[in-house]
Amino acid sequence: MLTLDAKLPHGPIEDMWTNHKDQLRLVGPNNRHKYKVLVIGSGLAGASAAASMGAMGYRVECFCFQDSPRRAHSIAAQGGINASKNYRNDGDSTWRLFTDTQKGGDFRAREENVYRLAELSTAIIDQCVAQGVPFAREYGGKLANRSFGGVLVERTFYCRGETGQQLLLGAYSALEEQIAKKTVKMHTRTELLDYVIVDGNVRGIITRDLVTGKLERHSADAVVLASGGYGNVFYLSTNAKGCNVTANFRAYRRGAGFANPCFTQIHPTSIPASGEYQSKLTLMSESLRNDGRIWVPRDPDEKRAPTDIPEAERYYYLEERYPRFGNLVPRDVAARNAKDVCDQGLGVGPTGYGVYLDFGTAIEEKGAEAVKSKYSNLFEMYERITDDDPVKTPMRIYPAVHYTMGGLWVDYNLMTTIPGLYAAGESNFADHGANRLGASSLMQCLADGYFVVPVTIGDYLSRQTPGEIDINHDQFAEVEQDCRDNLNRLLTINGTRSSQDFHRELGKIMWEHCGISRNKDSLEEGLRKIPELRDQFWSDLKLPGEASELNQSLEHAGRVADFLDFGELMCQDALARDESCGCHLREEYQTEENEAQRNDEDFAFVSVFEYKGEGVKPELNKEPLEFKAFPLATRNYKS
Amino acid sequence: MKIHLHIWRQESPDKKGRMESYDLDGVEPDMSFLEMMDVLNEKLTGEGQSPVAFDHDCREGVCGACSMVINGQAHGPKATTTTCQLYMRHFKDGAEIYIEPFRSGAFPVLRDLMVDRSAFDRIIQAGGYISNHSGPKPDPNSIPIEPAVQESSLDAASCIGCGACVAACPNGSAMLFTSAKVSHLGMLPQGQPERFERVASMVDQMEEEGFGSCRNYAECEAQCPKGISIAFIGRMNADYLKSKLIEPVDGRGKMHAQ
Repeated sequence: MLTLDAKLPHGPIEDMWTNHKDQLRLVGPNNRHKYKVLVIGSGLAGASAAASMGAMGYRVECFCFQDSPRRAHSIAAQGGINASKNYRNDGDSTWRLFTDTQKGGDFRAREENVYRLAELSTAIIDQCVAQGVPFAREYGGKLANRSFGGVLVERTFYCRGETGQQLLLGAYSALEEQIAKKTVKMHTRTELLDYVIVDGNVRGIITRDLVTGKLERHSADAVVLASGGYGNVFYLSTNAKGCNVTANFRAYRRGAGFANPCFTQIHPTSIPASGEYQSKLTLMSESLRNDGRIWVPRDPDEKRAPTDIPEAERYYYLEERYPRFGNLVPRDVAARNAKDVCDQGLGVGPTGYGVYLDFGTAIEEKGAEAVKSKYSNLFEMYERITDDDPVKTPMRIYPAVHYTMGGLWVDYNLMTTIPGLYAAGESNFADHGANRLGASSLMQCLADGYFVVPVTIGDYLSRQTPGEIDINHDQFAEVEQDCRDNLNRLLTINGTRSSQDFHRELGKIMWEHCGISRNKDSLEEGLRKIPELRDQFWSDLKLPGEASELNQSLEHAGRVADFLDFGELMCQDALARDESCGCHLREEYQTEENEAQRNDEDFAFVSVFEYKGEGVKPELNKEPLEFKAFPLATRNYKS
Repeated sequence: MKIHLHIWRQESPDKKGRMESYDLDGVEPDMSFLEMMDVLNEKLTGEGQSPVAFDHDCREGVCGACSMVINGQAHGPKATTTTCQLYMRHFKDGAEIYIEPFRSGAFPVLRDLMVDRSAFDRIIQAGGYISNHSGPKPDPNSIPIEPAVQESSLDAASCIGCGACVAACPNGSAMLFTSAKVSHLGMLPQGQPERFERVASMVDQMEEEGFGSCRNYAECEAQCPKGISIAFIGRMNADYLKSKLIEPVDGRGKMHAQ
């Protein structure tokens, strides 16, 4: 049984964070260098946390598996970052950003954390601009804003289509400043393999140097996990190839509760896979649905080019099924319907898993030039990848896994159930509930990294004797041996199938059984298939090379091994959550308009899973959610 | 499609490398270049051979990890395109394709097509930042920035740090990378206090890393996947010169105790 004390401050929600900071214990500037903090991951959350703590004077070491901290996947975020600056005078406020995020998350997040996120949003923009992030400006030189889905105000700040890149370069430059000042030590091409826990507290980690293969021990007074999301459990996703669940999952195996693992956001408009060899998916902005009409041929045996198919033989399924909203139905509804028509055999493209997004009508009405200029960079990106010109022939699109709301359970201080182990950014579960709003992930990563963890961690550290456990402690030797055994176990299977092959098959199972929509029977089937696949993995894996060298196949196999265990946990969570909410659609529970139907009576809680050992069913713990500041309401984007 | 690959193989930094040839059948025109490499690696793994090591991550042209010289060009034949966004349809059936790592004395080969580009991080450490602590900052609108300046700064900041400029340059110069970083911050009002110290120490670090000098070949711009302009090199040179001409100010390191 986990103790799930969120350590919520007292008082009205508006004053909570301020009151909390006033009550936290501090570590004085002269003592900070005595404490060593390890940061796992160098994306927006990791780099910002490491840089902030380094500047405060803590001894920080930061780890990433890439060759430079600047390559973390935060860099790929396109759209923007939200902040309730209210520069447009359109009624925005901390309260509005808070309630928008709660509604967007379908009331499955802890409201105190969400309020704090909204409260910190404006300071993030100030911080980034001070670092030299070149946000878009208006003619008068003031910051520009645009609007994003699910809200009625313009609060999104952006740098063309590369907001994530510019924010990460800001955090990266802050990190490099601290590296130059020797307050942060950077370990690139280094992967976390496991945690060292002594008397319940995290005291260090074991890593593998990906160039030499050497296992290394690192002791610490606290560890901050900022290792991102786990969308790659589906094999195909918009995540970078290296994104994985290993750091999160191994924390779970060492005692950290894993919250809401099944909450996965699926984006309706990505470029479809073109064949078995497909390695990742690329997102196309949803804004395309404003002018594009979505259809498939009525005849499953249709062979003609899309432009040769007459109007009457086209099935504009969203317009027919949802006459009021047509092509602009919410993300999840659009995604589910695309899968539905493809499952019926109506899908287009070489794999049969794609639908047309047709700009023909818009071009007829507004002219090709007008449509092209509105979406120029998207049309260009599409043409680059598919070699088709969307002006001449309809685009093909298909839903893709994009973001994972679940993650390690954390309290208000962002500490997991393992004392001393913190989780920030996408790797925690805290702020987005069952669905994340656009342009909110960057905001959350930076709020956690710049402003929350550097403050709350002092409270924990001030109660610890610095450097109490060093790397010669028995526990380090034991965990290091575990890691070595695990690597050897992978390398000595000598089977016939590659880790890629297993990963691809796991992805198909997850997509089929725990994807866009879920139901009891299908989840149970998934729960039968995954252990079978896992058994095959551990008996038939073929892995070239050795542990003592640069071995990308070994890195991948280790991550797939964790995905195989984790996929099962996701299905268990989806099965236990006998309701629909946000992105989690259980087919048994939907409204007449195919929207998620929540069951607040029985499911207004965070599902927190506790590891109980290999092959043992994890225990489900519940953190009840209370909605005192902003009462429960039904999600409604229609009126 | 059937293609003939010639790939640089090198087991470790201290071992000697060589070109190895592989024939690959069943390549689809819609495969990305890296997916073709995945297929090759699956085949090699199946045959008990060691797969080709290469850097890659986002596979959408923004992380800057992928780094291959393809038929003599950094990131291959298509302009303003990273290796990961290159597709096999850009090659003919039966093509001979030569794949090498980004070569430069300052980018030692780690294995096969993977190189060590940490020299770029050290150039940034030398001054590619605006000194800051995390905490309350002035409201951004209190310092208006002309949109043209912001746009130009963003043009420079769009550099993905892949190192193609170095691989493309006959001299192995890192001037395009360094100048993009210098210009991004040097053009903004926030970057002014450290502007001249920044350019001086970043250029010094660049030279210390062993990158070559710029001779205005402009190959870097031609092969840059983000189309970063060599105009930034001119801008950096001007700032570098100024940094040497102006009276040296007491930098932070030389501040007097009060």
